[in-house]
Parts: sequence; C-alpha cells; structure tokens
Amino acid sequence: MRKLTLLLVLVLLAALALSPAAAQDDAFVIGLLMVGPYNDNGWSQAHYDAAVYVTENLENTELVYLDRVNPADRPGTTPDQLAEELLDQGADVIIFNSDDMKDGATAFATNYPEVPVIHASGDQHWEEGENFVDLPNLGNIFPGMWATKLLAGCAAAMTTETGKIGYLGPLINDETRRLTAAAFLGAEYCWTEKRGMDAAELEFRVDWIGFWFNIPGVTADPTQVSDNFYNNGYDVVISGIDTTEGLVQAKAASEAGTTAFNVAYDYDLACEIAPDVCLGAAVFNWRPTYLAEITEMQAGTWTPKFLWPMPDYANYDDVTMNSTYFIPGTALSEEAAAAVEELKGELAGGLDLWAGPINLQDGTPYIAEGETATPQQLWYLPQLLEGMSGQSVPE
Amino acid sequence: MLKDARVGGWGARLIGIGLALGFVALILLATGAPPFQAISLLITGAFGSTRKIVDVIATSVPLLLATSGLLITFAAGLWNIGIEGQITLGAIFTVGALRLFVDSGAPPGVAILVGMIAGMIGGGLWAALAGLLKIYGGVNEIFSGLGLNFVATSATIWLIFGPWRRPGVGSMSGTEPLPPEFALPQLPDMRISAWAVLLSLLGIALVYILLRGTYIGLKLKATGRNARASFVLGIPTSRYTLVAFVLCGLLAGLAGAVQVTAVYNRLIPSISSGYGFLGLLVAMLINYQVIWAIPVALFYAALIVGSIQLPIQLRLDSSLAGVLQGALVLFVLIIDGVRQRLRERG
Repeated sequence: MRKLTLLLVLVLLAALALSPAAAQDDAFVIGLLMVGPYNDNGWSQAHYDAAVYVTENLENTELVYLDRVNPADRPGTTPDQLAEELLDQGADVIIFNSDDMKDGATAFATNYPEVPVIHASGDQHWEEGENFVDLPNLGNIFPGMWATKLLAGCAAAMTTETGKIGYLGPLINDETRRLTAAAFLGAEYCWTEKRGMDAAELEFRVDWIGFWFNIPGVTADPTQVSDNFYNNGYDVVISGIDTTEGLVQAKAASEAGTTAFNVAYDYDLACEIAPDVCLGAAVFNWRPTYLAEITEMQAGTWTPKFLWPMPDYANYDDVTMNSTYFIPGTALSEEAAAAVEELKGELAGGLDLWAGPINLQDGTPYIAEGETATPQQLWYLPQLLEGMSGQSVPE
Repeated sequence: MLKDARVGGWGARLIGIGLALGFVALILLATGAPPFQAISLLITGAFGSTRKIVDVIATSVPLLLATSGLLITFAAGLWNIGIEGQITLGAIFTVGALRLFVDSGAPPGVAILVGMIAGMIGGGLWAALAGLLKIYGGVNEIFSGLGLNFVATSATIWLIFGPWRRPGVGSMSGTEPLPPEFALPQLPDMRISAWAVLLSLLGIALVYILLRGTYIGLKLKATGRNARASFVLGIPTSRYTLVAFVLCGLLAGLAGAVQVTAVYNRLIPSISSGYGFLGLLVAMLINYQVIWAIPVALFYAALIVGSIQLPIQLRLDSSLAGVLQGALVLFVLIIDGVRQRLRERG
C-alpha cells in the first residue's frame, strides 16, 4: 500500500514536470466556450473564426477555447466549471457563446467579479430588458439578426415555386420566435410586393427540433425534419439551427430529383457545403464587436455593454465593420437576387417591416396600425405572427 | 458468475492496467498525438490545483453512490443495467418534490431533505419494477433495464418539454431552474457540498457493513452464488432479489438527487451523466470488493475531470478518457481470465 502511494506521488510529480507551462503572462488571453464543435460550419465556427481574427489583428493576444460545451457532450460538467478551466490556462476574458449557457455565464460572472465576461446572445446587461442582472463584469453582444432574416425570408419567397416555405427551427424562446417571425415578414413582403402574389397563398411553416443542434435521442432529428419539408412540397427551407442539416438535405433531395433549396444560417462560408442549392446565408459576423471589446479589455478601459449592432448598410460587405449581413448564394436567381438587393436598399433607406398592423399567431393585435415595434416588443415576442403555422410556445 | 474475491492478484492487475495504458498510448501514437503529454495532462488536469481536486471529489460522489448500489445487485448475481434509469427517476422525483416547496415558505433544509428522500424512493421504485419483472415476468434484468432506461429518458424529455418547461420556452436545455436555496449548501468558494460527500461515504460504508457483517448480506450473496441451491436450503431468493434491486435503486436514486441538488439545480436530459454505466465499470474493475470502491471511483472521476485538458491543450477529444476507462476494465478482465485458465491447466 505504501509502495503504491509512493508510486502515485512519483507519477504525479513527473506529470507536473511534463505538463506544458500556462500561457505567457504578458499576452492577453481570450477564453472562448462554444456550445457546438468549433468547426460546425455554423454558429460556433462563426465565433471561433472571429476569435482567431482578433488574435491575428490585435497584437499580443492569444486564444484558448473549449468546444462542445453542453451536457450531452460533456456530461457532469457545467459551463461555469469549464470556464474555470480556461481561466487556469490564463484566460483574461471568458466568452460564453450560447443562450444555453446563460445561467452558467451569470454564475461565473458572479463568482469572478474581476474577470470580464461576454455572454454572446444574452440580454442580462440590458437595463430596459426583462432579464437585467446588475453585474459590473458581464456584457452581451447579439447582432441584429432580425434585420438580416428579413432578407433570408425574401430570398426564400422569391424562389419558391410551390408557395410553401419551411423554417427549420431550433428550440422555442424569445430569440427564435423573433428571428423566425422576421424571416416570415421578409418572405411575406417580397411575396406580395416583389412578386405581386396574394399573401394568403404563401404558406410559412415552422418545425422546431427542440435544441440548437441535433442531440440523438433527445431532440427531433433535423435531417428528418428537413427531409419532411422537402418531400412535402416545401421547396425552400430557411435554416434557424446551429448546424447545416437543412443545406445537406437540400442537396440530397435535389440529387434525387426533388426541387429543394436552403437558406443557410450563422456562418459566412456555410453555403460552400452545397452551393448549388444554397440561396444564401444569414450571417453573424462577430469580428468587429469582439475586436472592439477585446481592444478595450486589453487597454483596461472596458465596461460591460448590451450590444446589438444592426446591419451597417453603408459598409455592408466589409467584414471589419458589419456585424450581420446576408450573402446571396450561387443558387439564387438573378431576379431573386435583385429583389433581395432592392429590399436591402429599402431597409437602408428606413423601411421598417416591423410596422403595424401586426397580429400575433392567435389573432391578438400586437403592433397597432401606424406604430412600429419597440425594442422590447421585438426582443420578447410572445408568439409567432398571424399567417405563420407551427408552434408558438411548446404545447 | 462472480469469481472469488481473492486478493493477491495485484501483479496481474497491474499488468492489466499497464496494457490498458499501452493500448491508449498506441491509439494516441496512431493519431499523431504525444502519449506522455496526454497522460500527464490527464493527471495534472485532475490534481493540479485544489479546485481540480475538489472537482474530482465532487464528481466521484454520484459515481460512488451508483457503484455502492451496484455492488449489492452484483452480490445478488444481478446485472442491474437499469441503474441509469434509476438515477434518472431519482432526479425526477427530487425535482418533483422540490417543485412542491417553491413559494411554500418551508425552510429550504426541509425541502432538500424531502427532495432527497423522494429521489431515493423514485430510484427504489424504478429498480423494484425491474425486480418484479424478473421475478414474476421472467424478464432478464438486462433487457428490462435497457427498456426502463429508455422510458426514464423519455419521461425526462417529456417533463422538460412539457409540464416543467420554462415559461414560453421549448428547449431540451432543461426545466425551469429551482430556487437557488434548494441546492445543497456548498463549502465556501468551492463547488462541492460536504453533505453530498458525506452521503456517498455513508452509502459505501453501509454497503460494506451490509455485505460483510449482516445476515441479509450473507443471504444476498448466497442468492448470487447459486440461487437454486439457496432456494432449496430455505432462502426466499425472490424476496432477496427484490431487496437487492430496491437497495440499489435507493442509492441510485440518491445519486440522482445529488445531481439535482448539488450540480444542476434542475432536470436536464442527461441528468444521470452516465454515472450508472461508469459505476458498472468501477464495480467490475474492483472485482466487487467494496473496500476498493472509493479509490477507484476517485480515479475514474479524476479521468473525467482531467480529460477536459485534452481538448483545451492538445486539441484531442476528451472521449479518450472513456476509452481508457473501458480499456482498463477490459484488460484487467482479460488478464483475470488468462490467469484462471493457466491455473486450471496447472
């Protein structure tokens, strides 16, 4: 027994001696926790690329990260515990990249008041919001994707031949209702205004899988949900999940002779998987905000903010400036692309599709004639909108 | 089914451990990763700081509780594969009980106590179901266990997406969190509850006493060794089978209760975190000798905690720890088997 103990101590000492030294003290270390794989061609990769971009454009910065931070992939762990692992690696800021880590981000920020924390997608630092938590070190970033989703919806409406658009939804919450409704508003606008069709002939259906990505045996399978759309006359599916099943299945359906197109989500290079069926991508570009925030942190002047940068229409194609944009795909027809471009111009000129009258799915008036949605009405949309089918809240 | 719990095979055991490490090193070499660094990261990742050691101990709590329960069912000759479901039901019952106390004004201590007891009852009932199916339905516990695990997962998902969801939210992420005061109190500045650790030590101590020094333990073991002979000699083997299941279920349910009150504070889809299946590995690796349960459960917990360093520092998948955990059991059993054969031949 004593020998065994001695052996253990020796092994431990050897391991300590062999282990690589932690990051150098002088560099500013960005700690990034991602909910999915860093190379998912979607939500998490957009964050990963942005963090790498910061290290390439800001001197003396380094990146440590951990991906697949969710209870299915890392059983028994919590995000705040995993954030401490990054802290051990010398992280000077922790970025929690998912809505799913909201409680973990708040818990960590509470326990480590001296460490700057960014929760990407949350609203804890919004004083006028419903979830305000007064912490001196917790900020949020969430680009105004609802403006970009209008264009995604428009691309879908300009392309569909059947008049049936599917929306591959993740889980149901304020954020996903807001973005799905935005896609619908954009689709309805282009369907009626650009194509001159009757709004009643547009079918817009949402099917939710129950989480941000597929967890076998737990969520609905996004592959099956996509197939189900394509096989039932929904010739365009707009993706709202973190991963690319909607696009992959569009390619499969198209190769089998079914007309199928997809509007991709999250990531600027998402279309590259299947360009022939990709109408475009509604992109989060975290580069400008991450760079700005980390520059401030490095200088020691950072204060937490609630950032929701809207599309920068003046610098739309400049990834150093614009935080969210729509990239047309090669499968988008010239006519459809022109309509999308036209809508973009109108939005830049002040058009607000979130203008009344807008009713909720059950017919309740939400935004009155002559009014436009307040930030709170946008952010905390309680239901889908009238004219959309699919669940507003879980039943 | 169970071999003699004979001490003395430690040389062979070390060979088994060495082979498992070699096997993992080969996998690492094949993928172009540095094996020594990987293994040293596993160790420093688990013991490199006080916080990590605390994490290891906290992780070992549900694992040790599951292992304790399984040592009883193994003693009775039962393969309680349904342990995962029993942990899950424990968690469900705990959350269900705690929800009743929300806004009740009752002292949190009372709520937690009732929640823990409810969790044990939930696990016990689910295990009893497997026992009854075996005794009265002739269903092998391996098959009923698999089925009941599946049902438990489905029930969890239904509760998360249905009656216990966050208002307005439909997400597999988890149910509405319980009020923070319904969590077991943690030690200052540490993510560990002394109560949880105490419960797990109490659990393993009770199992040790039960199997070593009581009449019930003796009869359980007799049932496990040879059920037919025991029956002929007057032991009500059906009753003892059921007792083994229920005792294991109580401990598994407690593990589920700990997952709720000490870790997640809500119900999530994978609330059992695989500790039930890991407990099976631990029980097999220690050759069902209770005394070794604590160090080996700690070792397995260390692999879980330490393996987080692999993706952070070496960009390796942390499932490597799972490969090592499985390989250890496999090689130790192989060596045992080889020894047995050699002994028979000699």
